[in-house]
Amino acid sequence: MEIKSGLQIERTIKPYLIGLALAVLLTAIPFGLAATGVLPRETTLIIIAALAVLQILVHLSFFLHIDFKTTPRENLVALAFALVLIFIMVGGSLWIMFDLYHRMMV
Amino acid sequence: MSSVARMTISPRDAERYEEKDFGFWLYLMSDAVIFACLFATYLVMVGNTAGGPTPKDVFELDRAAAETALLLLSSTTFGVAAVALSAGDRGKVLLWLAVTFLLGAGFIFLEIGEFTGMIAQGAGPDRSGFLSAFFTLVGTHGFHVSVGLVWIVVMFAQVFFKGLTAPVASRFMRLGLFWHFLDIIWVVIFSVVYLPGVL
Amino acid sequence: MFGRLTIDSLPFYSAVAASGAAVTVLGGLAVAGAITYFGAWRMVMTQWVSSVDHKKIGIMYIMLALVMLLRGFVDAAMMRSQQAIAYNSEGYLPPDHFDQIFSSHGTIMIFFMAMPFLSGLANLIVPQQIGSRDVAFPFMNSVSLWLTTAGAGLMLISLVVGKFSTAGWTAYPPYSGVEYTPGVGVDYWLWMVFIAGFGTTMTGINFLVTIIKNRAPGMTMFRLPLFTWTILITSVLIIFAFPALTVACAMLILDRNFGFHFFTNAMGGNMMNYINLFWLWGHPEVYILILPAFGVFSEVVSTFSQKRLFGYISLVLATCAIGLLSFTVWLHHFFTMGSSAKVNSFFGTMTTIISVPTGVKVFDWLLTMYRGRIIFKPPMLFTIGFLVTFVIGGLSGVLLALPPIDYLMHNTTFLVAHFHNMIIPGVLFGYLAGYMYWFPKAFGFKLNEKWGTRAFWCWIVGFYVAFMPLYVLGMLGMPRRMEHYDIAAWQPHLIVAGIGAFIILLGMICLAVQLVVSIRERNQALDLSGDPWNGRSLEWATSSPAAPYNFAVLPKVESRDAWWDMKQRGVAYERPAEYEDIVMPKNTYAGLVIGVAGGVFGFAAIWWMWWLALLSLAVIAAAIIYRASDDDDEFVMTASEVKAIEDERFAQLAKAPKNEMADEPGFAGEPAPEPAE
Repeated sequence: MEIKSGLQIERTIKPYLIGLALAVLLTAIPFGLAATGVLPRETTLIIIAALAVLQILVHLSFFLHIDFKTTPRENLVALAFALVLIFIMVGGSLWIMFDLYHRMMV
Repeated sequence: MSSVARMTISPRDAERYEEKDFGFWLYLMSDAVIFACLFATYLVMVGNTAGGPTPKDVFELDRAAAETALLLLSSTTFGVAAVALSAGDRGKVLLWLAVTFLLGAGFIFLEIGEFTGMIAQGAGPDRSGFLSAFFTLVGTHGFHVSVGLVWIVVMFAQVFFKGLTAPVASRFMRLGLFWHFLDIIWVVIFSVVYLPGVL
Repeated sequence: MFGRLTIDSLPFYSAVAASGAAVTVLGGLAVAGAITYFGAWRMVMTQWVSSVDHKKIGIMYIMLALVMLLRGFVDAAMMRSQQAIAYNSEGYLPPDHFDQIFSSHGTIMIFFMAMPFLSGLANLIVPQQIGSRDVAFPFMNSVSLWLTTAGAGLMLISLVVGKFSTAGWTAYPPYSGVEYTPGVGVDYWLWMVFIAGFGTTMTGINFLVTIIKNRAPGMTMFRLPLFTWTILITSVLIIFAFPALTVACAMLILDRNFGFHFFTNAMGGNMMNYINLFWLWGHPEVYILILPAFGVFSEVVSTFSQKRLFGYISLVLATCAIGLLSFTVWLHHFFTMGSSAKVNSFFGTMTTIISVPTGVKVFDWLLTMYRGRIIFKPPMLFTIGFLVTFVIGGLSGVLLALPPIDYLMHNTTFLVAHFHNMIIPGVLFGYLAGYMYWFPKAFGFKLNEKWGTRAFWCWIVGFYVAFMPLYVLGMLGMPRRMEHYDIAAWQPHLIVAGIGAFIILLGMICLAVQLVVSIRERNQALDLSGDPWNGRSLEWATSSPAAPYNFAVLPKVESRDAWWDMKQRGVAYERPAEYEDIVMPKNTYAGLVIGVAGGVFGFAAIWWMWWLALLSLAVIAAAIIYRASDDDDEFVMTASEVKAIEDERFAQLAKAPKNEMADEPGFAGEPAPEPAE
């Protein structure tokens, strides 16, 4: 029998198109806000951050096909642990360094 | 189609591919921490302009938008190639890999243009702490994309010469993980670097 | 063509430097000569350096670690003797040379002694402990080994060509910046750490995947031996902590060579950024080093107490807790940076909290010994020595965790005493215990016990004599890294510390003699059964040394202490009716090529020979692409070949004493049903 494909899981075009549509939307809004500057700076930053998180989830789900059913558990654990550590490292570094700036009145 | 595929992979090989996928996933997590450290550094240094250009002076929103579009499209075209792989259509896999390569190369072209333009107007990485952090963060992403481009070429050759064999397909999926991962990093880059920079 | 490499880079400017270089070059020539003399080049090339067998890779790692231990110890002895005589005197080492020595001592001991030692022990034992035939990625394993060796090679080359860094093993900017330290020293440090770091990261990935995916049937997570558990958590720490080091090094490289401004004083740089990133890696690194040693102690203490490990679950959970908490304490390395009280007290609190799981472990080991029938073999001696000594170091660590005390003790020899008090009894004793415990598994004969015991006593007495005075000196206010001083009160303590270093030297000699004597008298100490200590975990189920495939038939695990359980059930040495073909990875030179090219790349980048750097990168890329396109990297060992090896094994077993520990005083008997805990 001829080997046609080594894929374990069948891929269809649908998730990629949905992902693309959502990603375009989630990219266009923050770019538009930044370009026009219609909202106050603080509000814009919060929206950009929120949409970025959403878009990461979209990419994980529709492009990387991460979900709670088919993705091996150890991959999810590794991802979750990475997120915790990134939070600790980035959060801790910013806390430490801005605390220092504050104390040195930079 | 995929039922055919499942039958042709021995359980031992399937296990091997699973191990490799997990190992590669761990590498990506490690790489994500590299980027996290670079983002933290950028955020700490973004105000340290040393009297030189500020983010607002050097960032071009149009170019960032074009780069974003190219990378996002390339992620999608890679997905189309994966679909073709899953259908066992070698010609289409090659076609869409080529398209993905061109889009990625376009991204790198724009980025090189951005970097050389900045250096030409005296906003190189040696100008200030902010610019050092900017060039390193965005440059590291660009370096990853370049490695991805080389990998796409190798992948293209493997599909071309070896056909859609199980080991080739397994490598193809890991290339996909890498490519989509770089797109996620880019989302964080435009949300943390470019958009707040021009505000 | 040769960048900034000139003839003046050779070490003829000082007698001390020239003799160090001479020893290095002659040592290398002696090794090459010995291989030629024994006509062993073919064997070395085809069976060792190209090997992807995890056991051989493990042995090579440990050989590297022992060589670097010797080099690092020589550095230490030079520093101790200099400080012992340098009261109101220049001593025999000029300041520049002294600074290179303390920098290379720390760099070697952390990166090229401890790290290869831990990778070596993990390679040798973990696949066997989990009942696996191999690691998940045998080829990547070989790449890791050779990248680590490339880093160590650069370390040795720095002794001959150019000078090493004077910036300490942490290379803090701005001092390590190009403005204050031009020249190649810091670049040597940066590139060797950078290159070896890649190897280490790959090792971490390899072992995490191996332990998660390659366990024998029935080997659930909570049946894993403790050593494997510690390697698992260590791998996680490697994967997530080493990126921070890579980033810090890369930024300093950019600062030094390409005019970036991450850590400079001017132009918007901030040196504290480096220190923050460095310790973001550095603190987990402490646990990367010590957790495997904890694993060794757990194995040793239960084997030689002839008793099941006390509190297995609590040991596992403590290990996991340490793994996470180790990422939350890094600022305690730079309390004096001047953070606000909020920041300092948070990290001080976290630091005291992290001592709790470690304390739990100490009690578990003590309670394993309680009512055990202890047999005092050298690995057990190192374990007991560790338990007593490590607690002292831990307590001094809790003291330093309090920011006000840290402000007093910062950068004094009190700190030096503290971390040596953790690393020598904790890390080094653990690795030496593992070396003596698993040596028979690697080579098929036991190490001489008399010399092992002597080595232990020299090490532990030497440790106390060398480092307790440093606590006192720290309280007297002596800063670390002093080349000479003018305070009379310090000298007596430094002389005592120098005597301690001499006693440790005797310990090093004992280790060397032990190895020589054991090899010479190996026929009297053969380990025929593969189970020399009446062991409990699966590595003792294989022959010594283990067959290339470890297990002809994968073991079925039904309980914790799997091998003990199998002996108890009387299924330990069963022969299968027939054997199967086994698929094995082929040997390859690709790993060696990548390692050598990595080393050449580092050397070229240090000396600004950019064409050579690009060329070696191209070689690496070519090797990777070649390897990634090779679908024919395995071969089949046929059932009849397996049967031949196994027949020999069972013939040997028939000659072996029923239980090799049976003649020991205090032997508690064959495995028999134990009362529930």
